[in-house]
Amino acid sequence: MPSAETGPACPLPAGEGDTIQLAHGGGGRMMARLLETVFYPAFDNPALARRHDAARLALEGPVAFSTDAYVVQPLFFPGGDIGSLAVSGTINDLAMAGARARYLSAAFILEEGLPVETLRRIVRSMRSAAFTDGVEIVAGDIKVVERGKADGCFITTAGVGSVLAPTAVEPQALRPGDLILLSGDIGRHGIAVLSARESFGFEEPVESDCASLLSPVMALLEAGVALHCLRDLTRGGLASVLVELAQGSGLELRIEESAVPVRADVRAACELFGLDPLYVANEGRFVAVVPAAARQRALELLARFPVSAGAIPIGSVVAGEPGRVIARGALGQDRVIDLLSGEQLPRIC
Amino acid sequence: MKYRDEYRDPASARRLSAEIARTATRPWTLMEVCGGQTHAILRHGIDRMLPEGVELIHGPGCPVCVTPLGCIDKAIEIAMEPGVIFCSFGDMLRVPGSSGDLAAARSRGADVRIVYSPLDAVALAEANPQREVVFLAVGFETTAPANAMAVRQAHRSGLGNFSLLVAQVLVPPAIESLLTSPGCRVQGFLAAGHVCTVMGLDAYEQLAQTYRVPIVVTGFEPVDILDGVLACVSELEQGSARVLNRYARVVRSEGNPAARAMVEGVFAVVPRYWRGMGLLPASGLGLAPAWQQYDAERRFGGVEAGPEPAGECISGLVLRGERRPDQCPAFGSRCTPEAPLGVTMVSGEGACAAYFRYREPQRAFG
Repeated sequence: MPSAETGPACPLPAGEGDTIQLAHGGGGRMMARLLETVFYPAFDNPALARRHDAARLALEGPVAFSTDAYVVQPLFFPGGDIGSLAVSGTINDLAMAGARARYLSAAFILEEGLPVETLRRIVRSMRSAAFTDGVEIVAGDIKVVERGKADGCFITTAGVGSVLAPTAVEPQALRPGDLILLSGDIGRHGIAVLSARESFGFEEPVESDCASLLSPVMALLEAGVALHCLRDLTRGGLASVLVELAQGSGLELRIEESAVPVRADVRAACELFGLDPLYVANEGRFVAVVPAAARQRALELLARFPVSAGAIPIGSVVAGEPGRVIARGALGQDRVIDLLSGEQLPRIC
Repeated sequence: MKYRDEYRDPASARRLSAEIARTATRPWTLMEVCGGQTHAILRHGIDRMLPEGVELIHGPGCPVCVTPLGCIDKAIEIAMEPGVIFCSFGDMLRVPGSSGDLAAARSRGADVRIVYSPLDAVALAEANPQREVVFLAVGFETTAPANAMAVRQAHRSGLGNFSLLVAQVLVPPAIESLLTSPGCRVQGFLAAGHVCTVMGLDAYEQLAQTYRVPIVVTGFEPVDILDGVLACVSELEQGSARVLNRYARVVRSEGNPAARAMVEGVFAVVPRYWRGMGLLPASGLGLAPAWQQYDAERRFGGVEAGPEPAGECISGLVLRGERRPDQCPAFGSRCTPEAPLGVTMVSGEGACAAYFRYREPQRAFG
């Protein structure tokens, strides 16, 4: 797999000027040059090559469509950057609907003064992430806002993909007795970004789990594993996803907290900041709810991919109290898992 | 993870739980003082591992919860001043003042920054010489040494643009206030280990002798807490009222002399108003006379101390351990973390927030 930094070999000619200026978003020559030197070479594909207002595409069968806005500070963090995040995030959202992403659009809001080299690195990283998953970035836009009116670079991507799942992959498909599988350890993205933002200088920086989930999901679909629901873990962490699934299905979800893998460095950082890892952000993890009979097959398939090699059952769906999530702790006591009220804030002592 | 996993070991926890059941021959009421311990108890279900009759009630040890309304109002007022960078630990941002909180002030344009250490605020003052940088110095004895160090560092660097809005409080006077209140049911205390790490055990020895009450210094993990409960119940069963240090891996009886010296130079003991508990004599720390140039109240006007407006909220009773959060008629219905009636529902260490987050059996789901 090409790294985010190098990508597939393709020379990117240097552009004009060192920093983004308001004129780069003005529609004139400077914008044209930015497109020619930074964006077109990176995202080169037939639809984009037409330079038209809209891309004309062909997709057969049912289509999934999704969009997401990406803001992260710092723009580059251990394990990823805003570019790889913006591409993988939307690919992942489509995968969670049982769809293979095909085409993406990308809209950039750039802050005046952003180094062009930074933008180039972001775009390279996007190209690499899209190339790896066979996705084309076929439409886009750039706006530049005055210095101080944005945080370097904001990216919004939207994507369409072909739905491959034979039945709807959604919370309503959950059934009592289903198994809840988690694709790996949790909390790395949130801790990586927090540590990088605050320059805590941990000896070994925690790397974000930022990654595409397309391959393991496609493998499950192609093998005919009945996927009742898929959900990627993002801002609100595992806890929020479980609550959404319980509320969407009108069923109760029960998990064993000690079964949820959390790496020692992430656990240590959570202890330090007073954060609950169940609520810490992820960018490369998902939950798959499958019939209990599919357990063995699903785990075998997930184990084949680095991104889901640590997949493990963490609990099950029961009739119980509609919309409730219960976690059994290591000491055998149950507690309620609920949505977070506001953001998790680091504590005093 | 070393120093944590062994204190969350299920087998040890079950053994201690059984030992407590064997030891207790009659009902006992214990108070854990610290909000961090309250959350650990609710989160791990430790209260459900105790025999019937051994009750844990929750104390006032949440610095966020006891910071008075007037101080939050002042913090917001200062933060809204043009040119001010207002620095705070994260969990103060959602504490409600008379109108809004610091998070709302930030959304209205105030430059409010979350810092992880008061020294970060000093660094901000150094980097922004044209701006006033104010740090909200809240907390118990645990946060006082770092806050004192920040003042000394600002002084050494000759920073005229750094000040503290001080709301430091002390644990032993709060325990004494509880023990002398007529409604007090507490027969033994679990004292917070991290406070004793700094200050040592002297003040607790005096309390235990004066009021004939056992005080067990303990940690924050399930096994620590259960071990503390066992030690406290054993003391009560024997009719003994000693101070026991069951957190010896961290706490020494003399505390941390360097940290104490750091505090004692910069801060002096002052009376302080506690949310829910009223004015307690000699219960807080303020900047000592020689350091008052770093007092934000000198630069921006004093905090208005006074009684809290009366309302439906019973957080005062909760902070004194006279009511459990789920005994409040508004709990979970008219009072939630999104629409709180009182700060104990907002703070990450507040007792009401702990019940709401981990228990709330009556709340409707879905």
